[in-house]
Amino acid sequence: MAAIGETRPVDQVNFLARLNNNRNLLGLLFMLPAAAILLLFLTYPLGLGIWLGLTDVKVGRPGRFIGLENYAWLFEDHIFWLSVFNTFVYTTAASVIKFALGLWLALLLNRHIPFKAFIRAIVLLPFIVPTVLSALAFWWIYDSQDSVISWILIEAGLLDETIDFLGQPNNARASVIAANIWRGIPFVAITLLAGLQTIPASLYEAATIDGAGEWQRFRHITFPLLTPIIAVVMTFSVLFTFTDFQLIWVMTRGGPINATHLMATLSYQRAIIGGALGEGAAIATAMIPFLLAAILFSYFGLQRRKWQQGGRDD
Amino acid sequence: MASVEIRGARKSFGSVEILHGVDIEVPDKSFTVLVGPSGCGKSTLLRMVAGLEEITAGEIAIGGRVVNGVPPKQRDIAMVFQNYALYPHMKVYDNMAFSLRLAKVDPARADELVRRAAEILNLNEFLDRYPRQLSGGQRQRVAMGRAIVRDPQVFLFDEPLSNLDAKLRVQMRTEIKELHQRLRSTSIYVTHDQIEAMTMADQIVVMREGHIEQRGAPLELYDRPVNTFVAGFIGSPAMNLIEGTVQVTNGQAKVVTGDGTTLPLAPGAGAPEGSHVHYGIRPEHWSLTDDGTGIPVDVNVVEPTGAEILVVCKLADREIQASFHERHDFAPGQRINLLPNLDVVHLFEREHGTRLS
Repeated sequence: MAAIGETRPVDQVNFLARLNNNRNLLGLLFMLPAAAILLLFLTYPLGLGIWLGLTDVKVGRPGRFIGLENYAWLFEDHIFWLSVFNTFVYTTAASVIKFALGLWLALLLNRHIPFKAFIRAIVLLPFIVPTVLSALAFWWIYDSQDSVISWILIEAGLLDETIDFLGQPNNARASVIAANIWRGIPFVAITLLAGLQTIPASLYEAATIDGAGEWQRFRHITFPLLTPIIAVVMTFSVLFTFTDFQLIWVMTRGGPINATHLMATLSYQRAIIGGALGEGAAIATAMIPFLLAAILFSYFGLQRRKWQQGGRDD
Repeated sequence: MASVEIRGARKSFGSVEILHGVDIEVPDKSFTVLVGPSGCGKSTLLRMVAGLEEITAGEIAIGGRVVNGVPPKQRDIAMVFQNYALYPHMKVYDNMAFSLRLAKVDPARADELVRRAAEILNLNEFLDRYPRQLSGGQRQRVAMGRAIVRDPQVFLFDEPLSNLDAKLRVQMRTEIKELHQRLRSTSIYVTHDQIEAMTMADQIVVMREGHIEQRGAPLELYDRPVNTFVAGFIGSPAMNLIEGTVQVTNGQAKVVTGDGTTLPLAPGAGAPEGSHVHYGIRPEHWSLTDDGTGIPVDVNVVEPTGAEILVVCKLADREIQASFHERHDFAPGQRINLLPNLDVVHLFEREHGTRLS
């Protein structure tokens, strides 16, 4: 017995010492908390959402497994298809314009201008303001009676009556896209600006001496060297835009006549407002393939280009 | 090919003037080196010739044409940058062909020019590589190839070798010189390394703080530096400059240092009695003597390099250097007697450092 009592502490010391020296085990241990958080708050809700999409659960009533019935149902639902269409229009239009304006703004901010730091801070403003707050501001700007835009145009004599920004389907689409662009530009502009600043000035000087004009310098130097950053920024921008909810919900709630319903807002409306959790979950799950496609695009876009690779023999 | 004339060139950044009226004539087909310590304005001057910096005042003419307002691409110049400035996303071939493509040169002709330049620079096997896959020396050659294909009137080099290691630097130095002898294109080369300047130049321009100190052929600067700055800057190891006062006895002038050491001067060396001077003598212009006529000094440090031996000695409370091509067994603390070669002693007046003899 005495012998056992003596050996136990030695075993413990050995175990601790072994743990200390084993980088793999120690690394695994340090990753545990993060893994637990990811599992609890990311994997579990995602799995639950996908599972709910396969049931007919309603608020206050446990559902049963119904297979792909929700999806079959949605396939016939023209409002669902309208929301898919809207989401694509919204994402495409907003992303393209955000990219164009963001790049333009980044190029402007990259020049030597007075009050540079101050102007850069201002550019970030739409990004800093809480989305709901800016959505409320736009809601007011787009008001059918008291819109400041209508008022200015009427005062200037360019218009006879107020514009019904959010009351007409196409007006409403354009309006929410404009609001999303306003909000998304800073992210694109500031990130691209950071990318622009990594391009050495001597490359532009060399190109100038080689005979490149301003446009050729952009086309042959700036743009190709910026493509890795553009791939990252635009993937994130597309992901954010595709899953947008707040702006739409505050401004239009998907109306008029579902003209601005995105997949996210439709899912919320069906699941939470309408109580059809299963159907809402199915709509949300239907977004996954599109998002996956965007991520794959980013994965391949992010891959280092051949010219970025070091080494001498490849 | 063309000459370059710089007349009264000034450059200010805001209220700070960094070039105070510079005149340089770069003859056609010559290799002119602008040399000076950091911040002397040599790179700025080169960039003004390239058109990358505006000329605040004065004139720069290339091939007789004043180019003050002419944009870089119309100046018919090519430039090699310190960090090479190769386009990282283009292969070596495209880096070299870029200017030709912009100039809309016929593709077949452009291909011929690029391949010929690659031939000259031994870059043939690297045409398909990206700059990242090349070594420093190869990148440097690509940068030169990019300049060569354009067949410009003037080549501008902005410290092109300072990013290379010592051995490669010597090798590339020779390559650039060979290239110049082959192409005979007017070149302006900026460096802070006086050895590069000495070995490569037809004409050296020594600059300091926005002024030209001296202009001339390398050996001219070496043999007759106009002031103590040039004397100390050109030549390695640097010239010894010893402070002293001129004394004349029996019509023979000599220099006496603060501690009473007498430094001899050649007969007829002109310096007024009592004037304060720097006595300048290069390390290789000392010889050893045992007959009692030499100046006694104590050996401090011995630095043998194989080809020569450099001794740092104590004289009049300051260190002087002497170098010998013969081998000697010096030991620290040893007393030796040095005799200056009077034909190559330089005298500078002390206040402004200008040459007296």
